[in-house]
Amino acid sequence: MTGSVIAAVATLGALGLALGAVLGLAAKHVQVAGNPLEDKVADMLPGSNCGQCGYPGCRQMAKAVVQGEAAVTGCPPGGRALAAALAEVMGVSIDLSETAEPEQRRAFIHEDQCIGCLRCLSACSTDAIVGGPKQMHTVITAYCHGCGECVPTCPVDCIEMRPVPVTLKAWHWPKPDDLSEAA
Amino acid sequence: MSDAILLIVSAALVNNVVLTKFLGLCPFMGVSTRLDSAVGMGLATTFVLTLTAVLSWALESFVLAPLGLEFLRIITFILVIAAVVQFTEMAVQRLSPVLHQVLGIFLPLITSNCAVLGVALLNRQAAHGFLESLVFGFGSAVGFMLTLVVFAGLRERLALAEVPRAFRGAPVGFITAGVLSLAFMGFSGLEVQ
Repeated sequence: MTGSVIAAVATLGALGLALGAVLGLAAKHVQVAGNPLEDKVADMLPGSNCGQCGYPGCRQMAKAVVQGEAAVTGCPPGGRALAAALAEVMGVSIDLSETAEPEQRRAFIHEDQCIGCLRCLSACSTDAIVGGPKQMHTVITAYCHGCGECVPTCPVDCIEMRPVPVTLKAWHWPKPDDLSEAA
Repeated sequence: MSDAILLIVSAALVNNVVLTKFLGLCPFMGVSTRLDSAVGMGLATTFVLTLTAVLSWALESFVLAPLGLEFLRIITFILVIAAVVQFTEMAVQRLSPVLHQVLGIFLPLITSNCAVLGVALLNRQAAHGFLESLVFGFGSAVGFMLTLVVFAGLRERLALAEVPRAFRGAPVGFITAGVLSLAFMGFSGLEVQ
């Protein structure tokens, strides 16, 4: 009785270890095929797949940046900080004077005009719009990252992008002009 | 040789896993809305099914039977299936990232595809040897892929058809699957000379 219990545990344990080792080796083997630089760039991008760069998502943008097809300054939400960081990773020099720091804007829904069609909900890459069918929708400003993807989807044109007002809470020290110099 | 062909035909058509034994119905309903993803899913499942049929035969005859641990059969088979599926997922991700994206969650779900475990257990029940296990696993997988692709083709056409409102979507899919199953019963009259 005890013998069979020990045999069962040992067999299952050995089997699990052997299969795990095979999978571990396979994972290592596969990872070489992927481009580690692409993973790094993809991690640096915002990851919200807003599509403002012209690519379907951040992963595709990362691939294009690594292949040299897209400029490192191509991510509007990332702004200057991201462009400088990407340039450093990619080993290219960039002229940041032409990359304007994006103006901070947030979506705003005129709630009295909203017909509750849900179309802007599916367009939002950060799930910042809440609402139900035939119910008024609204924007959770803290989650909105200002990509503006929701604006063209609205059939009654009740979404507008509003600049973030400078309040005591929203104000911060101006960023250094040239981050690459400071680094 | 003729035995092998007989076994393949019997596993693929006469005793089709999906339409006669009703195994593996979740991917059959879930991944059959588009033809190309059905072909991809069919190929991935074929690979997994054939490999696990052989591996579970080897485990059964070299490890479990000599040690008298037959009561561990199901859990060891599942362990092997899970590992093979994980391996397949890595391979698909490397070979075809697009297919990996299309299959999405259904790829890891091959683990819980009852056709895979079912074929391994049926092999054991019929006391198949190495070659028979391989052929039976492959034949069942071909049958699975065949029904999946045929059904996906049917559903692609159904999507364009004028279906009564109450039957739209999944219900008409199930009815079609039933009719397809009836059609496959015709193969049980097949006599191989």
